[in-house]
Amino acid sequence: MQIFMQQLINGLSLGSIYALLALGYTMIYGIVKIIHFAHGDVYMLGAFFGYYTINVWHFNFIMALFSSMIFCALVGMLIEFVAYRPLRHSSRIAVLITAIGVSYFLENGMSVLFSGDTRDFPQVIKQVNYEWFGIRVTNVQLLIFVTTIILMIVLQLIVKKTKMGRAMRAAAADPVAAELMGININGTISFVFAIGSAMAGAAGVLIGLYYNSIEPTMGLTPGIKAFVAAVVGGVGSIPGAAVGAVIIGCLESLMQAIGFSAFKDAAVYVVLIIVLLFLPAGLFGNKQPEKV
Amino acid sequence: MLQVKDLSISYGAIQAVRHVDFEVKKGEIVTLIGANGAGKSTILKTISGIVKPQSGSIEYQNESLIGKKAPQIVAAGISQVPEGRHVFPAMTVMENLQLGSYLQKNRDQIDQRLQEIFEMFPILKERQHQDAATLSGGEQQMLVMARAMMANPELLLLDEPSMGLAPIYIQKVFDIIQKINAQGTTILLIEQNAHQALSIADRGYVIASGEIQLSGSGQTLLNDPKVKRAYLGESA
Repeated sequence: MQIFMQQLINGLSLGSIYALLALGYTMIYGIVKIIHFAHGDVYMLGAFFGYYTINVWHFNFIMALFSSMIFCALVGMLIEFVAYRPLRHSSRIAVLITAIGVSYFLENGMSVLFSGDTRDFPQVIKQVNYEWFGIRVTNVQLLIFVTTIILMIVLQLIVKKTKMGRAMRAAAADPVAAELMGININGTISFVFAIGSAMAGAAGVLIGLYYNSIEPTMGLTPGIKAFVAAVVGGVGSIPGAAVGAVIIGCLESLMQAIGFSAFKDAAVYVVLIIVLLFLPAGLFGNKQPEKV
Repeated sequence: MLQVKDLSISYGAIQAVRHVDFEVKKGEIVTLIGANGAGKSTILKTISGIVKPQSGSIEYQNESLIGKKAPQIVAAGISQVPEGRHVFPAMTVMENLQLGSYLQKNRDQIDQRLQEIFEMFPILKERQHQDAATLSGGEQQMLVMARAMMANPELLLLDEPSMGLAPIYIQKVFDIIQKINAQGTTILLIEQNAHQALSIADRGYVIASGEIQLSGSGQTLLNDPKVKRAYLGESA
């Protein structure tokens, strides 16, 4: 039981990171119907930018987090502008291939420029362990958890309560009708990429603190896991992405706890296959048929 | 107010609209009638900036609309109610209406406008917190008309507002169009329901296979023996 609870805590931390990434996937898919496979690499760039600002400019955690979020927001908008916007009316497969191309470009570009070595992420926050009833929680885990929750609440407020959020939902639901309201579709798409990428940047800094090490291909696996989380939750649904991510995070931790570390990734993909077979719309996906 | 001259529009190799001329004067209800595929919707989409014309000119208050983007055209005072309603699903009636006033800046004016809209469409006030997708077809049509009116347009473009509605709502839609017009908004109406459209219109144009076949006052066209032939899509 203790081990189970301990793994649940670890799973929640990991799940929070996946959630931040999955939100970006799901929001971007919602508005442009693109599976943004380079999203995990934006998260890698966020981690590297955090590494840079902490080491070179001696930023503290909060400043590093915010500067990485801003940096990734700009990167996200640039990717959309350069790679996806020219393909707005192209076939989906062309866009998908482009997304994978952007992903390779970022990974290998970083390897060429800054070498592919793994490096230690500077520990701006000294790790402290707390123990309650034999369950160990670190302050970094709490930080991840709290930061994720705050960011999700902010995101939810933006989407539900602001004019820009309304425009985002309108453009996602019906782009032509949204344009007839006077909504600038390109601007709205840029904004979604900015927000989604900022979330990924935050996740990058948090994972740096949690795992202590970063490298140019670090975004690949979490990117795919977060994508699975978005599918499990129901692509396009923001709460779905959060719930899916926590499920995936906990599943991974529990697999490790019962001694199947080597199969933890496989378990995630098994879940993906099961969801696609039996619940293709995901847990919170839009199941109702469109009214014509 | 709106002058369309020698307008041609094509989708790839298919020419949907050929050398069309028409005009809408301030305060009028003008209708374009014609069968399915005659090119009526294409003309409206072009005025709204969603489809790019091949050649010709569209002038609104002596300013060319060619090359302008949809949001700029809304800002200029032209709103469109698209064919097939297009409410924003998973958003409340209220949120749909708020999106209608997306480009409006003055909050007091928006609130005042909302009150006027609720007066004209009491059903929407009742259902303001309901998901727009759960409304009936007729109510959705009311909503999209109200949503377009939230932008306070001087010219309202209506694309097949009566399509697929129960007869009771068809009458209601035409009543509301006349009411909106009486309050000072100019109307360009596209309809397959030629009889209804012509009976409320000041002037009408009959379109078949992308060309204007006939034009005249609503009454004249109603009594014209050729109208029914053109309306059925046979070449005159």
